[in-house]
Amino acid sequence: MKTDDLVALLSTNPEPVDRGLVVRTLLVALGAGSILSLGITIFGLGVRQDIMISGALSFVVAKVSFAVGIFSLAFIYLAKLARPGGERKPRSYLVAVPFLVIVALAVISLGLAPSSHWNKMIVGDEWLECLVSIPVVAILPFAVSIWAVRKAAPTNLVRAGAFAGLVAGGVSAMAYALHCTDDSLPFVAVWYGGTIVLCTLAGAAMGPRLLRW
Amino acid sequence: MTTHEIELKALMLASLDGDAASHRALLDRLSHRLRAYYKGQLARIGRGAAEAEDLVQEAVLAIHFKRHTYDPAEPLTPWVHAIARYKLIDFLRRTRASRADVSIEEADAIMAHDDNVSAESTYDVRRLMERLPKNMRCSIEAVKLDGLSIAEAAVRCGISEPGVKVNIHRGLKALATQITRETRT
Repeated sequence: MKTDDLVALLSTNPEPVDRGLVVRTLLVALGAGSILSLGITIFGLGVRQDIMISGALSFVVAKVSFAVGIFSLAFIYLAKLARPGGERKPRSYLVAVPFLVIVALAVISLGLAPSSHWNKMIVGDEWLECLVSIPVVAILPFAVSIWAVRKAAPTNLVRAGAFAGLVAGGVSAMAYALHCTDDSLPFVAVWYGGTIVLCTLAGAAMGPRLLRW
Repeated sequence: MTTHEIELKALMLASLDGDAASHRALLDRLSHRLRAYYKGQLARIGRGAAEAEDLVQEAVLAIHFKRHTYDPAEPLTPWVHAIARYKLIDFLRRTRASRADVSIEEADAIMAHDDNVSAESTYDVRRLMERLPKNMRCSIEAVKLDGLSIAEAAVRCGISEPGVKVNIHRGLKALATQITRETRT
């Protein structure tokens, strides 16, 4: 076929295009992913018993804000990476800011505590549960994020996959924070930060296969 | 900013609003740019004009179906270049050529040359259309090939007007998938 014929075929009665579609689809995915992970945490793992006690509540709020900060920043870059050439946008390293903040706070709190407490502060009671739960709960939000990015047209699949994983990890950590009773900053930095980074790496590894169009 | 960028972006914005003439002019002009780009790239690895034409059409299809991913706040050239380059790398991967054969270039490379000597691509769209379900085929033929209005097409194909739109949309997507598959074999 001649290219001219193809152009003619495509340009008879073209539909007007919805310019907000990319962002809206990603927002739907983010919303659905959040509801799914919150559902799994609340009904599968259960909300921590002491959540209404004010001391515990403030820790939950802090952990949730850390996670929300991560996925909100990551979402902004994912919305760019979902479009052709979006990887040319600079400053995506800003997503590291919440991680640096939590690591800095963790180091400060370790410095203020006697070294005999360090082990307990870093390893906590539930490190293994945290290590398993955040990536597992992240699977569904990751799947819906990938679905939304596929509706667009990413051209750097490794980076788009990584950011889809980062968003999913952040959403999952937000939900898991409602269940987790380990409240020390070093614990959050190592196990929340570490598992979210793990989700990001998994997303980067799977991106080229899942996002091809 | 080049004159191409300014003119083509204006066409793109009008085309996003559903202006058929602008959409046609845009795809037409971009296809010339894409042809020069792909011919140049493929010549470097000793491949011919027919394969370059397949790539031109794949890129034109991608520009058409992915036009909702263009952000009007951004220039058009890098968007087109990213699609063109993505399709080139995809082509090289499936033909087992090395990705190292893709030259590193600025986005403006896509607008550098114009080539309107079109070759035939390697597939026949009428034959591909025969594989589509009846309603999709009838709707596309009526509206896209014969230029009927949606209402006239609805009468001819015996389906509702929204049905015609849905069938065109799905049919063109199915066609694009088949074209991509066809050029991969």
